[in-house]
Amino acid sequence: MSFWSRTPDKKQKRGYWLPLLMIGIVCLLVGIYQEQLTDIYRKAVMICLECIGIG
Amino acid sequence: MKHRFGLQRIRLLFQILYTIVTNGYVYGYLQGKIYKGPLKYACVPGLNCYSCPGATFSCPLGALQAALNERQIQIPFGVLGFLFIFGSIFGRFVCGWLCPFGLFQDLLHRIPLFHKRKRLPGHKVLKYGKYLVLVGLVLVGSSVLFTGFAKIPAFCKYLYPSGTLMGAIPLLGVNEQLQSQIGGLFYWKLGILMGLVILSIKIYRPFCQYLCPLGAVYGWFNRFSLVQIHWEQDACISCDACKEACPVNLRPEQISVSAECIKCGKCISVCPTRCLHYGRKPKVEKKHGQVKDMIATKCKMEQNPNRIDKNENQ
Repeated sequence: MSFWSRTPDKKQKRGYWLPLLMIGIVCLLVGIYQEQLTDIYRKAVMICLECIGIG
Repeated sequence: MKHRFGLQRIRLLFQILYTIVTNGYVYGYLQGKIYKGPLKYACVPGLNCYSCPGATFSCPLGALQAALNERQIQIPFGVLGFLFIFGSIFGRFVCGWLCPFGLFQDLLHRIPLFHKRKRLPGHKVLKYGKYLVLVGLVLVGSSVLFTGFAKIPAFCKYLYPSGTLMGAIPLLGVNEQLQSQIGGLFYWKLGILMGLVILSIKIYRPFCQYLCPLGAVYGWFNRFSLVQIHWEQDACISCDACKEACPVNLRPEQISVSAECIKCGKCISVCPTRCLHYGRKPKVEKKHGQVKDMIATKCKMEQNPNRIDKNENQ
């Protein structure tokens, strides 16, 4: 039960956003280097019939 | 009590502008085709069905599922990068201020039908549904479920209703070839969409509160993110106006910290002492005492004598 009741005691963590942002930027750069954005693009320009509930 | 409704008008404007920018490819709706330009290299912060004719950008969850659908699964650094960047800056501010499906549910909730409720019965358990969807359908489902020899984007296929609303229905209207392919899946997703539409009129954003896996991701970032709603405890008169205005019923100490807070700012709009605000600088730093006395007296005289008396006794 302590897990459920602990939620209200959480506090804002100021300053944590910057390292998280840095992690994001590094991940994105690695993704660009590995051409993963091209994979995203390749999927995104085709109509996925399953995704829209037809196929 | 003077309400600051201007903030909510600005929020509505943000939601509409974001929806137009990310889903405003009018040519796609007219021709039954989708946008294939370079903007689709990038993911936007909110859910954004990229198989929909209006979509101009990619969706982070769609891209994540596509990465997990590959035969040899790699760590999807690109998608993780987008999620960390948006999450660390905005948290669930994305849900409250940007997401088009959130806007859709907001508008439905304004329809003057039914007695409005903030939550479903069993909310304390049901709110974990979005984590179940994230793990079960997005992460595990997209990695292990197959149709024939191909893996499937399980969340988009079986649950996400926006694809039906903004993809299937407009495409079926102009593309006769697709009409012949309608099957059980379409009626399943149409049923989910209709169910959510009716539920959204009564309950505030049921999809966001109970099912959205992107909300689950951004919920984790919520208390770390740059964009925060700050609560000046010293200036608070415990009038509970913020809790009453909060669409997900959070107390002031939970606002912006809880994974459920979408940072919509409704609490800010109604706070009589302005002790809730975006940003970090306390706006009532020097006159806390004066403001508290003034508001407490006013409340006592006008509307809520019991609560003020209770506070005074404390």
